[in-house]
Amino acid sequence: MRFELMPRTSVSPVARALAPVVAFIISFLIAGFVIWLMGRSPIAAFDVYVLQPLSDPWSLQELLVKATPMALIAIGLSYCFRANLWNIGAEGQYVMGAVLGGWLALNTHGTEAGFWVLPLMLTLGIIGGALYGLIPAFLKTRFGVNEILTSLMLVYVAQLALDYLVRGPWRDPKGFNFPQSVTFDPSATLPPILESGRVHYGFVFAVIAVLVTAVILGRTLFGYRLKLTGDAPRAARFAGFNSSATTMTVFAVSGGLAGLAGISEVSGQIGQLQPSISPGYGFTAITVAFLGRLNPLGILVAALVVALTFIGGESAQILLKLPLDLTQAFQGILLLCVLAADALVSYRIRLVTRGGGK
Amino acid sequence: MKADVSSSGPPLVELKGISKRYGDLLANDGIDLSIEPGEIHALLGENGAGKSTLVKILYGVIEPSAGEILWEGRPVAIGSPVEARALGLGMVFQHFSLFDEMTVAENIAVALSGEWSLATVRGRLSEISRTYGLVLDADRAVWTLSAGERQRIEIVRCLLQNPRLLILDEPTSVLTPQESEHLFVTLDKLSAEGCSILYISHKLEEVRRLCRRATILRAGRVVATIDPRASTAREIAALMVGSEVGEIRTDAPHVPQEEVLRVDHLGMPPAGLHGQALKDINLVARAGEVVGIAGVAGNGQSELFAALSGERLAERADAIAIAGRACGTAGIDARRRLAAAFVPEERLGHAAAPTHRLSENTLISHAATEVSRSGFILVSAAKRLARSIIKSFDVRTPEGDPQARKLSGGNLQKFVIGREIIRKPKLLVVDQPTWGVDAGAARLIRQALVDLAREGSAVVVVSQDLDELFEVADQMAVIHQGRLSPLKPIGEWTREAVGLEMLGVAQAQGGAHAV
Repeated sequence: MRFELMPRTSVSPVARALAPVVAFIISFLIAGFVIWLMGRSPIAAFDVYVLQPLSDPWSLQELLVKATPMALIAIGLSYCFRANLWNIGAEGQYVMGAVLGGWLALNTHGTEAGFWVLPLMLTLGIIGGALYGLIPAFLKTRFGVNEILTSLMLVYVAQLALDYLVRGPWRDPKGFNFPQSVTFDPSATLPPILESGRVHYGFVFAVIAVLVTAVILGRTLFGYRLKLTGDAPRAARFAGFNSSATTMTVFAVSGGLAGLAGISEVSGQIGQLQPSISPGYGFTAITVAFLGRLNPLGILVAALVVALTFIGGESAQILLKLPLDLTQAFQGILLLCVLAADALVSYRIRLVTRGGGK
Repeated sequence: MKADVSSSGPPLVELKGISKRYGDLLANDGIDLSIEPGEIHALLGENGAGKSTLVKILYGVIEPSAGEILWEGRPVAIGSPVEARALGLGMVFQHFSLFDEMTVAENIAVALSGEWSLATVRGRLSEISRTYGLVLDADRAVWTLSAGERQRIEIVRCLLQNPRLLILDEPTSVLTPQESEHLFVTLDKLSAEGCSILYISHKLEEVRRLCRRATILRAGRVVATIDPRASTAREIAALMVGSEVGEIRTDAPHVPQEEVLRVDHLGMPPAGLHGQALKDINLVARAGEVVGIAGVAGNGQSELFAALSGERLAERADAIAIAGRACGTAGIDARRRLAAAFVPEERLGHAAAPTHRLSENTLISHAATEVSRSGFILVSAAKRLARSIIKSFDVRTPEGDPQARKLSGGNLQKFVIGREIIRKPKLLVVDQPTWGVDAGAARLIRQALVDLAREGSAVVVVSQDLDELFEVADQMAVIHQGRLSPLKPIGEWTREAVGLEMLGVAQAQGGAHAV
């Protein structure tokens, strides 16, 4: 006896639209069950996870702050994933963007350097991420090395490099030996959009990235190139699209956007370099990209949803003493449910008993 | 002509009236075949004759539309390869299914059902190696092995299950002559022990070396069951490719016009394990004519197509010239801009992206069509183009702008050929234009190819279907093991001569060209 997935002959658009909603509800039910097993009230957890953050202005701002890096990174990843290239190392590209951009901030610290510092920092952030993303792309196109492994392993290299820098050469001499750099000057700080708010301009970058990407993927030959490379690689070669060039480009784009996310976070949110500058945004962005079905607008929505689980998870830790790991588990459940729902919209399950099953 | 195989009991396996229909295409049409215990039985035929379909039915991979299978006289239903193996069938596929990173013993163990431990596999492996001369080192990783050694793993894997009937699909296609001879010795030994073997091939010499009986398929039907040792190569070739009398085309010689394609001493190494090298190919196609390239699949047709289209580049620019411009090292886009057009063999996944709409699929030949401007897609132009292809080439679609995979084979083929013909290219290279296509669509496609040539383009048609080439081609050459025979007017070819070239025995028999 086994299960088989049979393609459905026609897929209803309503079912396709409803699939993520159903997936969301089911993942809440599973998470609620786990919370109940842990001896807490699922209803109280739902209140803490979802309702409270959505009804509190501070939390709503925090939602945008947290969604910003994830949306930026996931938008970049969607370029790779559409072309069936697996950049798993956005976390490392994020860190390297922050390092290269942060380098300028630290080198202009305490000088009279003017308005040009911030734009140059952001540019360096993009370049840092892009160059770091090009390493796995180069290894893949030149030597045929699997990009999943190299991009993932380079994350640890980046993290350890940052760790070394903030404990060593870049440590704030007046920082009581804490492993952190000096606080960035105002000229190296990404300002908030509203004067009193916490949401910095990184969110604007994310929105711009969403809009530009929507045009590129939907309306340009380059967007079609990615889609064709992902869906039918031989047809892409037949269409004259060089696959190595595609690989290099999408890794540069996704690395660059991850780098922009990194430098925006450091200069707009954290204000200095420290050993840990991300709660795993680069990895969670993979979930976000697929939750958003690699669609730019979908990714923006998915980033907000996942940001909600981060904020809810933090309050659940404080109020209900639920472990933070549960949040990550919940993000995983959510992704599985969305992927399963998507699969079930296009396929139906058939039970095959031994002996043909006809 | 039927060979005498003496046996007392019922045949080991008997196929009766096996048919398999795919839409409009009858891949197998009432096939009868019987194999005696211990017999090495050959299944001969061109590609597309229905050999693979028949074997897949026997091995439970696909279900026949009609007919029955008798195993030792009893009717059986073989629903899956698992059931086939339980019955005593073993199959060695043309393409190996092995894990490169695992050792020989591990590869064998994973394919067998649960009760085999690695230690038992090792023991039996060395036993079988000794008995049949199948030398294999149990602990070598597969990626370090040659094609012949990999095939041995597949064979040993079958033998471990004590098969009564071993099916081999084109087993020597990846082997060196020495490895082949080694294989034949093993097969003789197996046969002597009573194991039946169904040997699928289009290589005549091997079949004559191994088999007493051969069933010849053509266009899905059994055309003869013969003793290959008692028939000449010419007779067998004629049986495989069709009747040899009365079908020579006697067209008036066409007016030679300017040269559009020149291939000059083109050579290319094989692309992979199953690839075929191209050796010193020379070819000229002129405006106004259809040039046919005949040959059995796997003799370098797809490699030649890739070289002509620019999907693989030649080492010298002047190895290929289109419209007088050397472009051997230029990519497919550059060649399209020289007004060349290409249609590969695979419709889905190569010529068209299955999940993309037809209008999106027009973008695949974007380099030569007005569907994009400065990097932006002209969506309405693409839709318009798709509509006019659909209209001009009678493409039947389930909806206005469907996904490519929703079209039947014939309709999709009309679309991908139409996509190239509609812009009136100076050169069209098409690989297997009517492969697996229903008769109506095939006629329309052939007509379109001939019309294009008559309007002043050069058309190169690579095909395994000889009837098709005799119908459309003005000049023809045969490709065999990466070498192209001289190009000759179609009227000078006989089917027999083509058949001998296809089997690679033309040179051996001497003067087959000069019929």
